[in-house]
Amino acid sequence: MDMNNLVHMANKIGVFFEAMPDHNDALRDIVDHLHKFWEPRMRRQLLAYLDSENGKDLLPIVVEAIHTHRNQLSQKNQSI
Amino acid sequence: MSKYYDVLSIEEKDFGTPAHISGSLVTLEIDGMAVTVPEGTSIMRAAAERGVNVPKLCATDSVEPFGSCRLCLVEIEGRKGYPASCTTPVAPGMKVHTQSPKLQSLRKGVMELYISDHPLDCLTCAANGDCELQDMAGVTGLREVRYGYEGENHLNLKKDESNPYFTFDSSKCIVCNRCVRACAETQGTYALTISGRGFDSRVSAGQDQPFMASECVSCGACVQACPTATLQEKSVITLGQPEHSVVTTCAYCGVGCAFKAEMKGNEVVRMVPYKNGLANEGHSCVKGRFAWGYATHKDRILNPMIRRRITDPWQAVSWDEALTYAASEFKRIQQKYGRDSIGGIVSSRCTNEEGYLVQKMVRAAFGNNNVDTCARVCHSPTGYGLKQTLGESAGTQTFKSVAHSDVIMVIGANPTDAHPVFASRMKKRLREGAKLIVIDPRHTDLVRSPHVEADFHLPLKPGTNVAILSALAHVIVTEGLLANEFIAERCEDKAFRQWRDFVAHPENSPEAMQETTGVSAELVRGAARLYATGGNAAIYYGLGVTEHAQGSTAVMAIANLAMATGNIGREGVGVNPLRGQNNVQGSCDIGSFPHELPGYRHVSDSATRDLFEQAWGVNIQPEPGLRIPNMFDAALDGSFMGLYCQGEDIVQSDPNTQHVAAALSAMECIVVQDIFLNETAMYAHVLLPGSSFLEKDGTFTNAERRISRVRKVMPPKAGFADWEVTVELARRLGYPMNYTHPSEIMDEIALLTPTFRGVSYAKLDQLGSIQWPCNDEAPQGTPIMHVDEFVRGKGKFIITQYVATDEKITRKFPLILTTGRVLSQYNVGAQTRRTENNQWHEQDLLEIHPHDAEERGISDGGWVNIQSRSGETVLRAKLTERMQPGVVYTTFHFPESGANVITTENSDWATNCPEYKVTAVQVMPVHEPSEWQKQYTRFNRVQHELLSRASQTAATDHLSS
Ligand code: SF4
Ligand code: SF4
Ligand code: SF4
Ligand code: FES
Repeated sequence: MDMNNLVHMANKIGVFFEAMPDHNDALRDIVDHLHKFWEPRMRRQLLAYLDSENGKDLLPIVVEAIHTHRNQLSQKNQSI
Repeated sequence: MSKYYDVLSIEEKDFGTPAHISGSLVTLEIDGMAVTVPEGTSIMRAAAERGVNVPKLCATDSVEPFGSCRLCLVEIEGRKGYPASCTTPVAPGMKVHTQSPKLQSLRKGVMELYISDHPLDCLTCAANGDCELQDMAGVTGLREVRYGYEGENHLNLKKDESNPYFTFDSSKCIVCNRCVRACAETQGTYALTISGRGFDSRVSAGQDQPFMASECVSCGACVQACPTATLQEKSVITLGQPEHSVVTTCAYCGVGCAFKAEMKGNEVVRMVPYKNGLANEGHSCVKGRFAWGYATHKDRILNPMIRRRITDPWQAVSWDEALTYAASEFKRIQQKYGRDSIGGIVSSRCTNEEGYLVQKMVRAAFGNNNVDTCARVCHSPTGYGLKQTLGESAGTQTFKSVAHSDVIMVIGANPTDAHPVFASRMKKRLREGAKLIVIDPRHTDLVRSPHVEADFHLPLKPGTNVAILSALAHVIVTEGLLANEFIAERCEDKAFRQWRDFVAHPENSPEAMQETTGVSAELVRGAARLYATGGNAAIYYGLGVTEHAQGSTAVMAIANLAMATGNIGREGVGVNPLRGQNNVQGSCDIGSFPHELPGYRHVSDSATRDLFEQAWGVNIQPEPGLRIPNMFDAALDGSFMGLYCQGEDIVQSDPNTQHVAAALSAMECIVVQDIFLNETAMYAHVLLPGSSFLEKDGTFTNAERRISRVRKVMPPKAGFADWEVTVELARRLGYPMNYTHPSEIMDEIALLTPTFRGVSYAKLDQLGSIQWPCNDEAPQGTPIMHVDEFVRGKGKFIITQYVATDEKITRKFPLILTTGRVLSQYNVGAQTRRTENNQWHEQDLLEIHPHDAEERGISDGGWVNIQSRSGETVLRAKLTERMQPGVVYTTFHFPESGANVITTENSDWATNCPEYKVTAVQVMPVHEPSEWQKQYTRFNRVQHELLSRASQTAATDHLSS
């Protein structure tokens, strides 16, 4: 999917939570949000981008959030 | 049939005057019978409640009595004369006689006068069988009319037929004034007056204008109130009086008005607002009341059709062939591209039961969570924002609650156009003295209309809602206007303190925000003080709040304000989203978001999943699916190739049309189920005929969480109701569903959803409608939410930092375009454009301030090109000072206008709800349509040809079979 768009969306989520006074809460909430509302292929792509492009254009708080809580974003899909 | 609501009875009792709500009761005697009624009740109503119907003409229970016809005279022991029972209130111990020889002769005299100036063509009159003048002539025993027709009379007055839906035949008017009062009291438009005096007094619209030239909005309240054929539906003139009726729910907007469909066999004669319907209490707007002709329009798709490529002609096939083809395509695509490569879209126009089945089919038969609904593009931020703060994704009040409000704050909503019946309630309360705050970039009708004027209008720049809301909060916090006790008792302490410190920052002050919002600090301070200290304060908001890059943030900011001032949990207050489509609330409730199972429970919650897995006998994916905009992106990426789209026109209603069209063109199988060849169907491979709300059973849930029955009044035109089609498709996908009636689907929803546990069709018949939650704790439903406790336990304040949208104005795109709708048209217009409503709005216009127009050499009515970063289109300009300079506005009711060709994909950070309300544009005068429009016209023509070729084959098939 269009990576620019995903980066843009992730950054907007980051901007919202950046306003929270407790930095650790903010990091957790960013990842929580991605986990709850982003379909796995979007998350996979974001993670791959983070790894390959070193998070270029992603806000520092988004990069930090994902680094801190990365395992929460890996998919727990059931097989059918 | 229930004993509470005889939904099939055609007659509703008219008690003559409105009910009075009063704690103290009064007992009196009427014709020797004791009657006890609330204080303030009229004698007429007291008698009617005891079963005695005093003759009347100028009184009807939808409006206050007027006392002009003198037919309702009664005798009261110990009082002189013959008082009018409609205007005389009851008194304790009063002894009333409604009938005596004297009364009889007085009434007969009155009738004789009326009839002497009334045409005697009763047998051929359209109101024959439904005329109160006839009835009263009968009741009073009128046998002769001694005054001839030779004298002066009104029998030759001309009929006004300008309104497409009703006529005004002044020669039949008895000047009872009911219509004038209905227009004022019920509708609040004040379009009618009595002009002239004495014998010359006549009802007139506007300044003696034809109805269509007047302020009339065609709500039908006057037609409903008229006792004679003076104001008469044209459909009744054509078809005659109905013979039975069925109570059902309007399928247009989120007000969810109850109607009686008055029928002759399978044919609708007219739709009449139902007095016992609690959402509307007998009122309606032009859409629900009159614009139902689309249901039998010749453009209805009646045959299933398929084609391999969208450039192929449609081929009419049997239901079986179409469904089998669709199922095999979906299976093929999943095999080739993976389980997650297909999905479905639930319609917010279809019933709860139909929506539930579509999401069930996606989760159970497709085996993924790729299901979404058109609520994505309107109120998804409401769901998110209210859930985070208050704990439930729904509005907090009943509509009726507004009658207890002292301060009404309307943000980003235009209720007189988009939620007209609620607007009438609101205006009634405003006329009684409630204060009004309007936060809207435009000078909407509410800001100033007859007998209503906003105390504060905050004309903010589009895209700055959060800035204004934070500034309002700043004033409340720093001026000591917080409801401290409420907050301490009901809200999370830590979150509150963080929020309070945040809004108190000087950068959130109205003075600091002035530059950003364009609203003077003084206005903001005044509005904040009024909201916080004016008594019961209620917030009503619409898409002008949600359809922004910060839509969810703004919803949370609204909830913060209500909690900060203790305005939640009782009558007259609350946070109230005005929903767009009829079943936006319902489609969200029944699990049509990709991350939530019915009842707003996240798919990652294993207990909820277990419940559904057991009931459905499948595994449910624990990860959220794709949202509509994500589906488009994934389609362009090649990982999303099939879509089942029920009753939703994504091509016309979603932003950045060209992007959507490209995405759909990339997909391999699109199944569209709709009543018309809509814009999306032009990209479809399988076309399944849909059914209108008149052709099926089910329920809709309105903006007050009110679940109301939709009742079938005619068989589905193409053979199946929408829910039946989903059942058949699921079966062919190898997932049988066994329902014989939608009531069984509701039973399943109730079984699996705690907030719906107590809902059933039997109970809906019994109570008329039910506001969820309805369960053991609230067996009758829940009119007002969060009464003693928030649904999430403690209310949670959330910090709402204003962030400017990325959609910035520049030298190249110096204006902001914002979008909205008009009263007479409904959303993409597929229904209303196929009715006479076009007479009010036949094209989308670009509204622009005269100053901006002059700068560009644009004249009123001239063509203008509107260009944004996404595309361009051409519309005619309308110069109006309703707009602030720098802001232009248009509606999106006509596909060829291409309003969404210009809107961008920018969206709400939390929910991806598109930012329809802010697009940077340039506007220039031109002479011809845009490139897109020319292309559209070509494509549209080709698609219609492909369809008509198929219809011809189908017709021949029918003939030969
Ligand atoms: S239709 Fe409605 S707005 Fe028009 S005159 Fe009648 S009551 Fe007034
Ligand atoms: S138009 Fe009908 S309601 Fe109005 S004054 Fe005449 S008879 Fe009465
Ligand atoms: S207000 Fe809405 S629900 Fe009521 S009649 Fe009009 S469109 Fe229908
Ligand atoms: S009904 Fe009472 S005066 Fe007309």
